[in-house]
Amino acid sequence: MSIVLDMGMADSVPSVKPVQSVPLGLARRGFCGHIQAIHVGDGAHGLTAMELERRLLELGFVEGAEVEVLHEGPMGRDPIAVRVNDNTIALRRREAMAILVI
Amino acid sequence: MTTAAETSAWRFALVGTPNSGKTALFNALTGSRQKVANYPGVTVERKAGMLHTVSGHRVDLIDLPGTYSLRGRSPDEEITRDVVLGRMANEGAPDLLLCVADATNLRVALRLVIELKRVGRPMLLVLNMIDIARRRGIDIDLDKLSAELGVPVVTSTAVRRGGTEDLLRRMDEMAASAAGKSVESTWQTPTTSDLRAAQSEADRVIKAAVGQPSRPDTVTGRVDAVLLHPVAGLLILLCLLFVMFQAVFAWAKPLMDLIAAAFEWLGVLAHDALPEGLLQSFVQNGVISGVGSVIVFLPQILILFLFILLLEDLGYMARAAFLMDRIMGGAGLHGRAFIPLLSSFACAIPGIMATRVIDNKRDRLTTILVAPLMTCSARIPVYTLIISAFIPDRQVWGFIGLQGLVMFGLYAAGIVSALGVSFVANHFFWRDNATPPFMLELPDYKLPQLRSVAMGLYTRAIMFLKRAGTTIFSMMVLIWFLASFPRPPEGAEGPAIDYSFAAIIGKWLEPLTAPVGFNWQINVALIPGMAAREVAVASLGTVYAIEGGKEAAEQIGQALAGKWSLATALALLVWYIFAPQCASTLAVIKRETGSWRWMFVTFGYMLALAYVAALITYQTAVALGAG
Repeated sequence: MSIVLDMGMADSVPSVKPVQSVPLGLARRGFCGHIQAIHVGDGAHGLTAMELERRLLELGFVEGAEVEVLHEGPMGRDPIAVRVNDNTIALRRREAMAILVI
Repeated sequence: MTTAAETSAWRFALVGTPNSGKTALFNALTGSRQKVANYPGVTVERKAGMLHTVSGHRVDLIDLPGTYSLRGRSPDEEITRDVVLGRMANEGAPDLLLCVADATNLRVALRLVIELKRVGRPMLLVLNMIDIARRRGIDIDLDKLSAELGVPVVTSTAVRRGGTEDLLRRMDEMAASAAGKSVESTWQTPTTSDLRAAQSEADRVIKAAVGQPSRPDTVTGRVDAVLLHPVAGLLILLCLLFVMFQAVFAWAKPLMDLIAAAFEWLGVLAHDALPEGLLQSFVQNGVISGVGSVIVFLPQILILFLFILLLEDLGYMARAAFLMDRIMGGAGLHGRAFIPLLSSFACAIPGIMATRVIDNKRDRLTTILVAPLMTCSARIPVYTLIISAFIPDRQVWGFIGLQGLVMFGLYAAGIVSALGVSFVANHFFWRDNATPPFMLELPDYKLPQLRSVAMGLYTRAIMFLKRAGTTIFSMMVLIWFLASFPRPPEGAEGPAIDYSFAAIIGKWLEPLTAPVGFNWQINVALIPGMAAREVAVASLGTVYAIEGGKEAAEQIGQALAGKWSLATALALLVWYIFAPQCASTLAVIKRETGSWRWMFVTFGYMLALAYVAALITYQTAVALGAG
């Protein structure tokens, strides 16, 4: 367990094999991984990209954090409940698209 | 004697993230010595309380709204920021910040601590729920944590007796050493890189001082597997709502009858004690029956709030918002609007006040606009009266009572129209703004604490009674005046109300209400009904010159059945779904939105809906031969 974690934390080390990251917004229930980047696109969120990024950061969605998709909403599998380290956050897939995970 | 202590009282403030158990700690520290008021000019609740440290020094403690940062994204969070930074008018910065953190969930909390350090005020970190953390095997090295953070640390278990002793002991030494120690604030709105830096610092501290759990919490996960299940979860939510409404109506009934009987008895007592005349009429009809007609709803409101508080403390409310978000989102409502709208079934006033949890202004406004469409308990007396008088008590399809079906239809119509109005508002008025995000922490489940639930109920009851004692009381006096003056001339026939201002207004409105089938007597009943819907029942009684008494409601019903057509009765029912007949709701909308504009918008759109819907109902019913 801790070995996997250390590998994850060391993503700046070039020797780690590059893996294509995916948006958390596309992940299905049961997905486990860690956050590689927060990248807010131009999608309309009713907030500025900067503000959405800050809100995600404040909830603990920070590069390197472990994430797991625990639950999906009853309609259209939206929103999703995501465990971020020890915390569980509910958010819509649209906002979760800004969280790039491996 | 007390003055010296009062002037030298220390001012402490509780700061923390949502779900950190801040309010439980506040309750444990201050007990019943707390005061809930509003901050001047805004609608954020200001919760303050008093306690004594071990040495006997008095502390005035403020419970600040939960926040993830001092950025102030909502009115609540702005208050937290302004109090912490000492920007509040008439209030200096607090002498000590008690930063509350959930010991089982330190990551986000410590990031806030790191941000708060920049404010430069003396601070004490309180690791709350330490018992749960220890049980899970989370091993926190307090000395190391304190050294790494540069902030003194103390543990507490707010929900246990004696769980705050360490904290109380530390307050004395903190306050003594803190005097004059505060540094110039270097706080500024954190940028994204500030937040990242603070979080990685917090993660570093945790790695150094906190041993990870040997027995992670599995209860929450297992419960959520059922409660958040796409099918089972929704079914359970629906069952829960059903039980809630059953309880609100069934359990409250005996208590409500008791209160009604008590006020009736008081009225008779006043009637017998006072000489015949204006004063007697004022006390009995204006004051006692007026206030009584509102206080009678206290049991329903308390039962509804009991459920809401229990579910909130349990951690279920966030789950309900999660389950309902997409369903409500279709109509342009936020998942968090679920709780306020649910409260509105008891009364729109607490519902509108509960919209404060919605941080987005537009979402909050939509919720406020549609909340009065939810069938509140004040509509029930009117619905019951008309349904029992006009709808035959028979079964349809063999097992469903027609009367109950009509009642259900009225509730459903309220919900559907609320969804419709918010859909229209979102698609036509706020088209340019994109839907704001829904992001919500799902806290671990916790057993509700009797003490905090009782405290919550007590605060609601006081708030409601205060309202009944002020706003509603003054409206009732006004209505009594309109219905009693001018006095009928000597030797006049018919009820005195026929000669009053109320009757004059009612008759004057008749040309307007004739197309919807309302006669002037209904108009007269609707005018006092503007103050509070349920008053209309009593007013109809007065207008039709029926002596009040135990069977008053049934007698009014019989009288109405003879005097109105079915079309009129149906039109009145439909009118009541929409009509903005509650002065207190409008007053709360004005207060919560901070503008007259939204109050008039609500009043206007509801009145227009009511008129059009009643018109269609009446004309259709007449065309079908029910006129």
